[in-house]
Amino acid sequence: MAKITVKKMANKYHSAIGIECHVQLNTKTKLFAAVGNDARGAKPNSLISHICLGMPGALPVLNQKAVELAARMAFAVNTKPQKYSYFERKHYFYPDLPKGYQITQLQKPIIKGGYVEIDSLSSEDGQTKKIKLNRVQIEEDAGKNTHPAGADYSLVDLNRAGTPLFEIVSEPDISSAEEAKTYARELYLLVKYSGVGDADLYHGNMRFDVNVSLSDDPKKLGTRTETKNLNSFKSVFGAVEHEIARQTELLQKGQKIVQETRGWDEAKQKTISQRGKEEAHDYRYFPEPDIPPIELDDDFINKIDKSMPVLPVEWRRRLKSLGLDKSFTETLIEAEAEDEKVSYLGLIEQNLEEKELAKFLAKMFVNVEIPLRRADETSGLTKDVSRADIYSGIYELLKDNKLSSTATKSLLTELLKTGAQPENLEKYADEQGYIQVSNEKEIEKIVAEVVKENTAAAEDVRSGEAKAIGFLVGQVMKKSLGKANPEIAKKLIKQQLGV
Amino acid sequence: MAAWPAITDIAEGVKTGRLKAVEQVKQSLKAIDDAAEYKAIIAKTEKRALERAEELDKRISNGETVGRLAGVPFIAKDNFLAYGADTTAASNILKGFDAPYQATAIERLEDEGAICVAKANLDAFAHGSSTENSDFFTTLNPHDKTRVPGGSSGGSATSVVLDMVPFAIGTDTGGSIRQPASFTGAVGYKPTYGLVSRSGVVAMASSTDVIGPLAKTTKDAAMVLDAMAGQDTLDSTTIERDDSYADLSASLKGKKIGVIKEYMSEGLDKDVKKQIDEAIAKLKEAGVEISEVSLPSLPLALAVYYIIMPAEVSSNLSRYDGQRFGYTYEKAKDLDESYSKSRSKGFGREAKRRIMIGTYVLSSGYYDAYYKKAQTVRTKLINEFNEAFSNVDFLLGPTTPTTAFKIGENTDDPLKMYLSDIMTVAANLTGVPAISIPAGEVDGLPVGLQLMAAQSRDKQLLQLAKAAEALW
Repeated sequence: MAKITVKKMANKYHSAIGIECHVQLNTKTKLFAAVGNDARGAKPNSLISHICLGMPGALPVLNQKAVELAARMAFAVNTKPQKYSYFERKHYFYPDLPKGYQITQLQKPIIKGGYVEIDSLSSEDGQTKKIKLNRVQIEEDAGKNTHPAGADYSLVDLNRAGTPLFEIVSEPDISSAEEAKTYARELYLLVKYSGVGDADLYHGNMRFDVNVSLSDDPKKLGTRTETKNLNSFKSVFGAVEHEIARQTELLQKGQKIVQETRGWDEAKQKTISQRGKEEAHDYRYFPEPDIPPIELDDDFINKIDKSMPVLPVEWRRRLKSLGLDKSFTETLIEAEAEDEKVSYLGLIEQNLEEKELAKFLAKMFVNVEIPLRRADETSGLTKDVSRADIYSGIYELLKDNKLSSTATKSLLTELLKTGAQPENLEKYADEQGYIQVSNEKEIEKIVAEVVKENTAAAEDVRSGEAKAIGFLVGQVMKKSLGKANPEIAKKLIKQQLGV
Repeated sequence: MAAWPAITDIAEGVKTGRLKAVEQVKQSLKAIDDAAEYKAIIAKTEKRALERAEELDKRISNGETVGRLAGVPFIAKDNFLAYGADTTAASNILKGFDAPYQATAIERLEDEGAICVAKANLDAFAHGSSTENSDFFTTLNPHDKTRVPGGSSGGSATSVVLDMVPFAIGTDTGGSIRQPASFTGAVGYKPTYGLVSRSGVVAMASSTDVIGPLAKTTKDAAMVLDAMAGQDTLDSTTIERDDSYADLSASLKGKKIGVIKEYMSEGLDKDVKKQIDEAIAKLKEAGVEISEVSLPSLPLALAVYYIIMPAEVSSNLSRYDGQRFGYTYEKAKDLDESYSKSRSKGFGREAKRRIMIGTYVLSSGYYDAYYKKAQTVRTKLINEFNEAFSNVDFLLGPTTPTTAFKIGENTDDPLKMYLSDIMTVAANLTGVPAISIPAGEVDGLPVGLQLMAAQSRDKQLLQLAKAAEALW
């Protein structure tokens, strides 16, 4: 019931949604200390040094890799990194923050502006929208506090303290839950494509905070709420949808929106208030004196620019000529970023001229190779050249009617699983029983047997029941172990039964 | 206690086997005990020092090569993280802190064969100009036990003047090496900001903290600097060094020195001024071109310093929260109480004062009026110094406006206490190197002459100081 009212009311209010996204960078070491950065599965407090502990005399030393990744991120969001930026200290006391301040950026972040172009999944007409970014800043993560149930103490794990993060702050340009989800996914893709982070949502390596406000005046922003720590596109969608509904209902009733931090209850699919009152923090920011400002020269910036890969927006444009289903394109774009050793889009692009082959590749990738790779069922075969050989070989056999579509998939699956690279693919396929039999004499024999064994179905066909032919073809296929050319089998059945 | 030979002579003796490192360390430890009444020392690192000395002697008798400071004992201010004794920064909150790593400065001195024998007293967290802010005890001036030795490196300066060691190391955030050197009659050197790594030194104000030596002569101080200076991967504010700071042969003739007008006027004790004037006259005689230089923003330096420094102090002291190391209030009922009681019991009065001032000047609504404005004036000051150094090679003035004051004389008036930094803070705010060398006495109390040079002109400054020293 609530949902229907929401949709009606949503027309009256304009929603302005801004998203802050924290992404963990995939540097080997922490942002300011030469200590391992991947805390997944590590024993608590096993990835720490005197710097992570905030020991007296410990000084932060900036990981230059993080700067390089920031420069990559800048190009990924259609801008350039700032030539001059610096870190600042943000002060507050908490046990997961050993120094009593977080090193972050405020006045001079490394990326200012830029935008993310989103291509809404729901719009098939390929319309895009630019979501402007306010900034991307580099900052360090805090540690993790755990509060064992019933215990009169809390535990602090500092493995994550000092892990490099980007905080990617959008302008409130997003106007629906669907757009919010699409934006989140697009950011995910950009992070993956630019090699900035693994964007492992499950482990919280990419988290979203959504700011939602409603206003009946499109030129003004309403009071916003911030729903924090969303770690899936689905929850981004859910939280925004619920906030719009909740706020709409309040405004309808003439009530005011409280500016507050909210959390997401996954089970109830609701946002819930986390703090009664928004505390007015004074973080006493000031420039971090232990780290000199980051100054980037043109050479460095140009080098990064040149090393950038083709990004999703551009892939979508390039694949357009194939007329693929949107979901096909998106699956390919997503999969492209999943394993750096395996390229799908590259292979398709090399064959764009030969449209049928390119489409064949797209179909096989989406239906066969990508599911296999995701299930980790492939052998080590990853090279473009070897994979291109296999695909073109199979494509030729299919075109020559030597493979049924079922056998095509089976043969491809086998090759990808075993990693076999046969010199003569046709011979190999034949030996393995994939080549379909188009020899009419051979099929005739089988058809005769099938007709004899299935008198009832044969009678049905004779009396004009077309469906029964399908059954008989199936029997022929079964008997031929899938090798009979089904078109020929059908023709021969009809011949034998005189229809 | 007999004075120590020059550092190079000790090291040479130890290297050739004529002297034993163990004997140097023992002599030093005895001198420390003999002068215990001056309360310059917080803890000795006796066991480790003797072990290191024995090992060094063994290596030498095995024919191994050893460093330039082989067997030279030294004392480190107790805000250097070092093995062998606790590192307390003379504060209750760090009492019992066993450093898990050593300061780069200590490591580099040890690499050259120097041996740390003790940790010296200071104003807690280096907050002060007299050692009276030490949470433990006040060090006495070696020339007059009723007077302060200066601070915050008062223990280090006293230990050198009383011949406990040939040299000591200290930190200088607003004058904490030069001012006690001036009060005790030692040579105190503040290098260019970034020339010596701050890694492993309890931070006071990160943008002005420097590490430097205290010794009897400029030559010895230069030897120590030579061992410590240079870039460090653990401190990204460190800068490139000169090839050597040890070769100090240079002539005074034709050198241009500007006498800082603002330091020679109002507020300067007239007897101190007389000593400085005499020194200037001797430099002139030796062929130095003397002129008067005015730095109009200089009178604002102290105010600027007492905004920027506490701001950074308030931030740097945040980590002392009773949760991971140092003092913890054990009876706290919750986290907030643990924070507030650990900090209010652990920190002394001066640390709290600076935390409060710093917190205030950084808080929203006041940031622009204080911190930001102070940084603007700081930039102006830097420009004025740059301009001055385009006309003269060096700047000159007294290190302090008076000689050592009486213990207790300024303790009730923090502002008066802060005024003793008035001539030293500018070098910290601008990052330039500065040295205090003894230049006569007033009523048996030493007077310090301060010389400054442009950034990274450390070698030239040391050359000047050495040549000047020889004049009186």
